[in-house]
Amino acid sequence: MPPAVAALAPQAYLQAQSRWHPLEIAFWLSTLLPFFLFPNYLSLTSQIAITALFALSLDLILGYAGIVSLGHAAFFGIGAYSAGLISKFGWGEPLTGLVLASVAAGLVGFDVSFVISRFRHFTLIMITLGLGLLAFEAANRAHWLTGGSDGLQGISMWPVLGLFKFDLYGYVAYIYSLAALFVVFLGVRRLINSPFGLALRGIRENWIRMPAIGADSRAHIRKAYTIAATIAGLAGALLAQTTENVSLESISFQRSADVLVMLVLGGAGRLYGGLVGATIFMIARDQFSGIAPQYWYFWMGMLLVTVVMVLPNGILGGLSEFYARWRRK
Amino acid sequence: MSTPTPPAENAIASRTIALATRGLSKAFGSLPVARNIEINLPVGARYALIGPNGAGKTTLINLMTGMLAPNAGQIMLGGKDITELGPQERVRRGLARTFQINTLFAGLNALEAVTLAVAERRGLAGQFWRGLGSHGEAIDEAYEILRKLRLGESCYQVTRELPYGRQRLLEIALALATGPKVLLLDEPAAGVPQEESGEVFEAVASLSDDLTLLFIEHDMHVVFRFASHIIVLVGGAIFTQGSPAEIAADPGVREVYLGKRKHG
Repeated sequence: MPPAVAALAPQAYLQAQSRWHPLEIAFWLSTLLPFFLFPNYLSLTSQIAITALFALSLDLILGYAGIVSLGHAAFFGIGAYSAGLISKFGWGEPLTGLVLASVAAGLVGFDVSFVISRFRHFTLIMITLGLGLLAFEAANRAHWLTGGSDGLQGISMWPVLGLFKFDLYGYVAYIYSLAALFVVFLGVRRLINSPFGLALRGIRENWIRMPAIGADSRAHIRKAYTIAATIAGLAGALLAQTTENVSLESISFQRSADVLVMLVLGGAGRLYGGLVGATIFMIARDQFSGIAPQYWYFWMGMLLVTVVMVLPNGILGGLSEFYARWRRK
Repeated sequence: MSTPTPPAENAIASRTIALATRGLSKAFGSLPVARNIEINLPVGARYALIGPNGAGKTTLINLMTGMLAPNAGQIMLGGKDITELGPQERVRRGLARTFQINTLFAGLNALEAVTLAVAERRGLAGQFWRGLGSHGEAIDEAYEILRKLRLGESCYQVTRELPYGRQRLLEIALALATGPKVLLLDEPAAGVPQEESGEVFEAVASLSDDLTLLFIEHDMHVVFRFASHIIVLVGGAIFTQGSPAEIAADPGVREVYLGKRKHG
């Protein structure tokens, strides 16, 4: 074997795969900019952080394991209603509420995962769509508990860590949501770079080969789905706590579809795709609805069609391709 | 070259059977694709499975590995009945296979793919709290398998960009990473130009003597060169079996299989 063909030893190569890129550090530093640049938009940036967290959870199952879902808002909604109800029934401490609400969503996700892990593709789209609709109607019918179409009222959060009261300007809300996003992101990033993350990519790349290398794909999917549901629930809980309100919209098909759009816009299976997609989606929605409040989805449709046609792997996919071509020159 | 290799003969002499089928039968509707198949693979054997197209060779591998369920019969691995076990459970007990049509992880590079298979065998693949890069032993083991198959230099290349011949070798590498006792190779050199198929079989021949091999192959030169024993399958049933010399001399085999091929 000629020397220096492989630039790195195998272990060093795989370790380098998970090293922090300067762009990543720049990305996270830039999430602090709104405090200085747009102090009047902190409630929007807080919602962006929450939506990004939701998109991150979908990326884990869709982008990495290739498990399609059209009903992911069910877990977001369960987290949101759980957090709201915990507060309404007298426990307004945010952090414990957050944990309990995401555990609730995770438990439901664990149950559902036994069904999910047995199906693929089109069947799975229909099953998740159906489950999402079931969750929505359940929340709608249980008016006595959830407030139905009136929304869940009467949520009142205690100060975060007993010190920081949620304020009108959204300072605390944004710090709180951003911190949660960052902590969960670190966990997901670790997961993606672990043997389990590799197994998820294996499932996405070749579902048939997995059993032939001794892998129990269904067990992997159940685990990933439960984790994704927990994170989605956490995102829902954050929204309930920071807005002190839960509407039916949080468990609607629209939210399931929107998060899918965000992930496709940003680039699925790229860790940052959901974050970038959610940011663009939320800012675009804010701007477009300023232009035409009734018809903003028209512009969103235009944006989606254009991005998908020009950049089939999403914005991040397009950028990394461009970067690779530029480096080769 | 037609005499069986010594290790295989020793294994036959010691009468240890690595993989056996007992009355294995399968039908798709009214079409029988496996009829009462009785095979005994001694430990360390190099068996070839030949037969005309549609004889049920791949079906037999699918039955052995649990990708198809038989209508009747049993499959024994190391003397234990594995008929009721699922495919991944059989792999974990040491029965691995490769595929006639590349069934690889297109978006992973060779190192990642083989490391995944090693991680599954070592029970690491469920771990999500430790970085992949920290599992040095598993990575080194994967790289060693790739190096043995002369894939060491292309191990960072994404599978879909590997030359076809190397993808065929990666098929074998993935199977080896499961730590098999018995390896079933479904036309390992399928689609590889004839002058290069020797390279694939040299790699196969260089595998450990403890490993029991059954391979499907159409090229008779390759079969006679690498097999210690040949099983001829016709219409889902074992037509005959024997040493390469016996099979080459069998007029019936010439008629149903060799003759047919010669006439195209």
